[in-house]
Amino acid sequence: MMAENGKDEAAASDGESADGTSSSLTVERDSNLLRRMEICVAEAEKRSGKNAIGMQETFTVYLIETRPADAAAEGRAQPPDSVWRRYSEFELLRAYLILTYPFFVAPPLPEKRAEFVWHKLSADNMDPDFVERRRIGLENFLLRVASHPGLSNDKILYRFLTEEPCWKEAVYETGFQDKADSRLRAFGATFRVRSPQKCFIDMKQYSEELQSHTSQLLRARARVADRVYAVYKVHGNYGRVFSEWSGVEKVMGDGLQSAGHHMDSYAASIDEILEEEEHYADQLKEYLCYAEALRAVCRKHELTQFELETASQDLITKKQQRDELATGMVRTFSFKGVTNKLFGQEAPEQREARLTMLDELIAEAEDSVRVKTAEREEHVQKAWADILRFKEEKDKDLREALLSYAAMQINMCKKGIQVWSNTRESFLKM
Amino acid sequence: MSVGTPRGLASSGQKPITEIPHPLSAAEESLSPGPDVSISSGGDKDLELTNGTLVENSSPASASSTSTSALLSRLQVEDNFEADAADLYATTETRDLFVTVDDPKKHVSTMETYITYRVSTKTTRIEFDLPEYSVRRRYQDFDWLRVKLEETQPTNLIPPLPEKFVMKGVVDRFSEEFVETRMKALDKFLKRVADHPVLSFNPHLNAFLTAKDLNKRQGLALLTKMGESVKHVAGGYKLRARPPEFNAMGEYLDTFSQKLGTIDRIAQRILREQSEYLTELREYASVYSSWAGSEEELQRPLEGVAGCVTTCCGALEDLSENMSQDFLPVLREYVLYTETMKNVLRKRDQSQAEYEGRLEAAVLRKQEDRTPMPLEVEKCQDKMECFNADLKADWERWQCNKRQDFKQLLIGMADKNINYYEKCQTAWESLVTVLQDKQTEDKTSIGSHVPRRSGKSPPLMTASLVQAPWILLDALSDQRKAVGHSPHEDAGTCWESRDLMVGMGMRANRLKDRAAETFDIFVNSFFHYIPGYKSSKLLGYTVYILTKIYNINIFFLA
Repeated sequence: MMAENGKDEAAASDGESADGTSSSLTVERDSNLLRRMEICVAEAEKRSGKNAIGMQETFTVYLIETRPADAAAEGRAQPPDSVWRRYSEFELLRAYLILTYPFFVAPPLPEKRAEFVWHKLSADNMDPDFVERRRIGLENFLLRVASHPGLSNDKILYRFLTEEPCWKEAVYETGFQDKADSRLRAFGATFRVRSPQKCFIDMKQYSEELQSHTSQLLRARARVADRVYAVYKVHGNYGRVFSEWSGVEKVMGDGLQSAGHHMDSYAASIDEILEEEEHYADQLKEYLCYAEALRAVCRKHELTQFELETASQDLITKKQQRDELATGMVRTFSFKGVTNKLFGQEAPEQREARLTMLDELIAEAEDSVRVKTAEREEHVQKAWADILRFKEEKDKDLREALLSYAAMQINMCKKGIQVWSNTRESFLKM
Repeated sequence: MSVGTPRGLASSGQKPITEIPHPLSAAEESLSPGPDVSISSGGDKDLELTNGTLVENSSPASASSTSTSALLSRLQVEDNFEADAADLYATTETRDLFVTVDDPKKHVSTMETYITYRVSTKTTRIEFDLPEYSVRRRYQDFDWLRVKLEETQPTNLIPPLPEKFVMKGVVDRFSEEFVETRMKALDKFLKRVADHPVLSFNPHLNAFLTAKDLNKRQGLALLTKMGESVKHVAGGYKLRARPPEFNAMGEYLDTFSQKLGTIDRIAQRILREQSEYLTELREYASVYSSWAGSEEELQRPLEGVAGCVTTCCGALEDLSENMSQDFLPVLREYVLYTETMKNVLRKRDQSQAEYEGRLEAAVLRKQEDRTPMPLEVEKCQDKMECFNADLKADWERWQCNKRQDFKQLLIGMADKNINYYEKCQTAWESLVTVLQDKQTEDKTSIGSHVPRRSGKSPPLMTASLVQAPWILLDALSDQRKAVGHSPHEDAGTCWESRDLMVGMGMRANRLKDRAAETFDIFVNSFFHYIPGYKSSKLLGYTVYILTKIYNINIFFLA
């Protein structure tokens, strides 16, 4: 099982040189964790414990195994380090990554609850099939994060993978939650920002479209699965009636009996077929999640842009005020102008004091503008590079998903032909 | 009586392609050649002779076992009933009456609107003045013929007609579909009558086929029908003991019609489910299309998928249409046929009851005044025995026909389904080729693509290991071809090797499963040709299972 990771790292390292974001990090350090380490989510286990409210609950934990890459290469049979983690800890990690690196499109986690369920599929989180698919999803999440040039060097990530105790405290200690933008501000920024970069606006539009299309597709697929399940299962009735009929027939009996068996197997075959299709649905769900992350990055851009604009505006206003105060000319309506008229000009000392204060404020504002500009620049640069990387990955992943879906359909057709051919053979023997 | 008459192919004139059985079923027909020759000579005799003499001979044949002794007895027997079932392969000189119903036309008159069909006849029989006839008949005329046949041949089983009145209410009497279905049923009816050794010589059939204007009185026909049923009710004689063979017939018919009803219901349910499936599929295709609109690189693949799904929709539509137009009507017609058979059984029971009743009465009287057996009792006995014999003969014929018809029907159903899946498979395979080309193009310029893990735990093979199964499968397919495998399974290998070429993203477990599948097919094909293959197959499977248990890599085994 460990051998596969060797292949993974080989493939990942091939792509390394093509990626531009590694320029911001030093060349000596491997910018890709996956090169140094093999990661896999091996097992899932049920545990019970007390939750936050103190009530007993059952939950599933997943085993993360890691091993240094060179160990495998040298053939040392070193046992892997292992850590048990819950789904909620994965969620925490992802939240941390999103807030700490708001310019990266965060890889998706598998869904929290089973959604887009068609009728036979259980929505139970404890269902073994669901757990298995979730395990795969978590593994993919870790692989994606670990191979991301920007995210993979994070200390918290490393500790997540290697040490079990006290990780949660460490995460909270970073104070990442403070970086969360107030929802209201973020929301307001979308409308009030004046000149965001066009490419980000377009990308945000695209992310919304991607989200709506993938969710539409998932829903339609679930309905189709429901229907095809019904069609196959009704054919099982043929099995029963042919068997019963064969009982009264002398000549036709054998043929009918075996035809009945084939109809039964036809009806039974749909379960496996649809279970395989769930993997396709999982891939679509990943991109549903990814679309949300992409949108978040675009909105962050809007926010940084808006803050920059606000800060600039603030600076301009303050400078104006200072000018007014210095020259005594009132260009715009201001409270000062009104009080001047009403109560007369203030004393020169007061004016001096005010001027000094304003100068300080202006200096502060200029600093603020500098900072905001830097922030914005950083965000734009990193985010756009990551978006391009994401685009490429999305195209490849989805194409692969479509290919495997087509292969699944071909498989289904093949099975259908096989069964009906067998049935036909039985009918011939009638 | 020569047995070696060469059998012609199904060039029997106007038989439509749907009635010609599958070539493979000819294997069974060839077992009873010869007797056809006797038909043309024996045909004329049939009217005078009772069928009794022929019936005894036909009973060993009806057992239809594959043992050589039965085979020989069938060959020797003057078995015109087996031959009737086989007469689709009869030479043209033995069958001398061909009828077809086609060409429906609507007639509008002041009183009513109705449909007529063209009835064409080709014959060499001397009962007919001309070798060819072509007349137009409407449903009423067919009904008249049927009634007349029932009247004049009460001891024979008359094939059923399609329903006179359309119960559904919503169905249009003049819709193309309905007319088509009805026409096929009428055609079948006439053909069955024409193929019947007794019925086909009925003068009413002659009139039906030849007369320009059927001089019939509708009212009388209706009355006669009612009269018959009244006769049945007021028969008065109670049946004591039914001979066991007729009992068996009765029971069989009950079970059979019940099963037919179930199959009809299942088929209808499937049609309903399929139509809902079709609706959802269409919606599904449109979602892919609309998504393609917002993508650049993925536009072509997504459009491709949408196209494939649409093709599958079309194929599904065809399948459903076929089932509702071809499968269901024939099924329903057999329900009618079964009912007709039950009626004949009932009539036979009546005649037996009548005979026994009269006999009893006569015996009582005889004991009193020593008069000889009255003539009418003897006539009754004759009638009953004739009835029994006719019924048995018709029963055999009916069973044969039923077997042929159902074989054809069910094989047709299987064929349609295979067709549907083949169409879908072709569509998806062409999409895969399109997608693959693009993918191999891209793989050469690989970006920072994260290899995606999916499926169950068994590891992805390294490049070298992946080569192995391809070589293995090629070798296997060669071996299979050498062993002489049936064509439709070979398609599997091509798909398998092509599927394997679809990127490393494919699940490794499926690889293992497919290899297992191939091994399975290999075992099947190879051992099938070894005598005593069943035991070898068992051995082969045991070895296979052992390898699975001990997890020996299957590649090394081959």
